[in-house]
Order: sequence, then C-alpha cells, then structure tokens
Amino acid sequence: MKPAALAYARPGSVEEAVEALEHGGEDAKVLAGGQSLVPLLNMRFTRPSLLVDVNRVEELGALAEANGGVRAGAIVRQAAFEASPLVRSRVPLAAEALPHVGHFVTRNRGTVGGSIAHADASGELPLALVTLGGRIHVTGPGGRRELAADDFFVTHFTTALQPGELVVETIWPGAPPGSGSAFEELALRAGDYALSMAACVLRLEGGRVSDASIALGAVVDRPTRIGEAEALVRGNAVDAELAREAGARAAAATDPAGGLHASAGYLRHVTALLVGRALTRAWRNALEAPA
Amino acid sequence: MIPIEVTVNGRRHREHVEERLLLSDFLRHTLGLTGTHVGCEHGVCGACTVRLDGASVRSCLLLAVQVDGAELQTVEGLATSDGLNPLQQAFRTEHALQCGFCTPGILMAASDLLERTPAPTRREIVDLLSGHLCRCTGYAPIVEAIASVAAGEESR
Repeated sequence: MKPAALAYARPGSVEEAVEALEHGGEDAKVLAGGQSLVPLLNMRFTRPSLLVDVNRVEELGALAEANGGVRAGAIVRQAAFEASPLVRSRVPLAAEALPHVGHFVTRNRGTVGGSIAHADASGELPLALVTLGGRIHVTGPGGRRELAADDFFVTHFTTALQPGELVVETIWPGAPPGSGSAFEELALRAGDYALSMAACVLRLEGGRVSDASIALGAVVDRPTRIGEAEALVRGNAVDAELAREAGARAAAATDPAGGLHASAGYLRHVTALLVGRALTRAWRNALEAPA
Repeated sequence: MIPIEVTVNGRRHREHVEERLLLSDFLRHTLGLTGTHVGCEHGVCGACTVRLDGASVRSCLLLAVQVDGAELQTVEGLATSDGLNPLQQAFRTEHALQCGFCTPGILMAASDLLERTPAPTRREIVDLLSGHLCRCTGYAPIVEAIASVAAGEESR
C-alpha cells in the first residue's frame, strides 16, 4: 500500500524541528531513518498530517566520546554506530547488539535515536541502553530535558516523550575497568524480531561481582531489568550453577504471551538459557578485561 | 507537489513529486526505471533495494522528496558498455537467479557489501541475504555467486 496524503517539512535545525512539530499539532510525526515509521505509513496503521524529516539536521548527526562512553546524535545511522571504533571499544554491549538490529540494508538508513524513540519492546538498542544505565536527551516546546533510559520506556511503542518533543541524543556509558558485558538473542532468522533477548553488564571486585545489570527484551512490554537475578549474582563468583539459577529467576519474572512460533513455556525456557549465557559470557569478558 | 533534483545512474532528473510518493514508485513510474522491483512494500523483502549516495537502502521506505540532491544507483546502472559487471556475470555463471524478481535488490545490496568488505565470510553473505526474500528459494547459488566475486574468480 501507499502512505495517505501528508504534509512534509524538512527543518535545518533542532529549533526549526521543534517549531514544525508544534505547528503540526498532535498528528505531526518525526521522520528519522523511517525503517519502522514508513512501513506503518505504507500500511496506513498511522496517518500523520505532517512528517518532520530530521535527516538534514546536522547537529543531530554527531558521534563523540563523552565521559569514557559515547554520545550519539539522534540521526547517527545504525551502520555508522556499528562500524565506529569508539563504540566498539567503549560500549562493547551496543556493538554486540547492533548486528541483530534489522538487516544490513536497513541499518544503513535506520538511526540510533529513531530506534530509541520507536520503543519497540523487541528493540535491541533500547535493551542495551537500559542495561547500561544510559540516558536520553530530549527537547521540545518546554525546553531540553534529560531522562534515564529506564524512565524513558513506558510500554510497547510508548515513551515518556511529551507531545512536540523529540530525541536529540543518547548517552551510552563506557565500560569501566574490570567490567564485562554480553548480549544474547534468539530469532527465527537473522534480522527477524527476537523471540527473546537478554543483556548483562557485570563489574568485578576481588574476583566477585560487585555490580550487576541484567535485563530482558521481547518477552516483556519494555526493556526490563530483573532485580531478582541481579541480587542473586551480586557478591558472588559466576559459575554454571549460579548462571542457571539467575536464568530461572529471570524467566520466572516474565509472563510472555506466546504465539504461533513459540509457546509461553518455550519463551520462558529460552529466556532462562539466554540469561545464563549472557551472564556467563559477561563474567568471562570481565575476567579478561584490564583491571 | 515539491520540486526535486536527483541524479540516477549518472543522469540528472528534475521532477515535481507529491509528498507521499515513495522513492520506489518515483523510480518505476516517474522515471520508468522498472528494474527496481516492489515486493512487500514494507521493508521486509529487499526487492526494491537501491544505492543512495553509495549506501544500499530500501526504496520503499523512503519518500521521493527525501532524496532531493542525492545520487542514486539502480540495477540499470550496474552494467557498462562492456556488458555485465563482474557480480552480474557471476550470477549468470552460477545460475543464481530463477524468476529474477529478487535479483535487482540482491545485486544492489551485495555490491554495497563487497565495496565495504571485499572478502566477506560466508556468514556475512548469508546474513546479508536474510534481508532478501527469494521465493524460488535458490539461495545456494546466490551465495556461490557473491562468494566467487569476493574470491576474485570473476575479475576481468
């Protein structure tokens, strides 16, 4: 199908974009990479009166070092983020998650900020950002504000963005010394939506876990940290038994719907395995990391 | 209607387009370049893949107004006056197409991959092809064709 009739604005600055969104009213939509929005337009699941195309807002395209981590302007392409040596060295969890985002061709166009603002519960970048404790800068008619990723994602396709606001940049904390991370996902085919996915960041002190972040996507309605699994791991050394138990606790904390390709029971089974694997690999990566 | 100016396969075009016109329809209907195929029209099948300023993209997921000022390449731009390019020749040699519907998109995506990664692994080729649906299911010779160009077997 084809998009319904719409108006189109191509602002040259964030200020102009905010203005265009404000004038466009409630039906105005920000167009970034369009890899999720344009399918919705084509199928007429959404009919915005105005598209505000931010692809030529240069100030949204910066990718730079920030406090040991990385700050990514909203329209940094997923392919550029994936290929960046800075991202690979400072935020290995994001680098590991990126090949799972759509396909080679869609990552050429899809943006980091768009993926965050779209807030698909099966999105890899939202899960990675929440697991890392990242932050999101947004701006709108009320000015600029900064949100913790954990507060940004509300539920399926729903964020804390207010009408007229847009994502300006995302802040990806760097891996501190003595830390390790891992990302695990199961999908039917490369590039398909994940059946389940898990991400883990561990920090070690004296051969034990001093801090743990363990989070799930796809089997939950938003990227969700699993406190039960994190508490189990903290203060301990990770072995096969602990990884299995953490996986079981994480899976027990979910209530997936199940569907044509996987029953709820199977999704919980897979989730437990993915958490166990992510935890085990994050532990090994942390042991090998320079202290 | 919005005026746009684009270069497609080295030729400059000036047209007026409706805001909602998809790039895939602009190429096919406005410019008559029907080599770019439209399958699913929501970014899944990969048949409409073209190069936008060098990067392979889904033309059904872009509006024509968005490519104002850009340089595009479609499958019609691959062959030279000498004939098929090495990748196209490899598809012919390896019998890497049956009905041919998915072929233009795969050629455009694989050209991009081979420029960025001159010697991709089989895994990388297969990952690329996960974004391109071939209903004839003839993936094995497609992998062979791309791998043969990567290995330089088809270089002239």
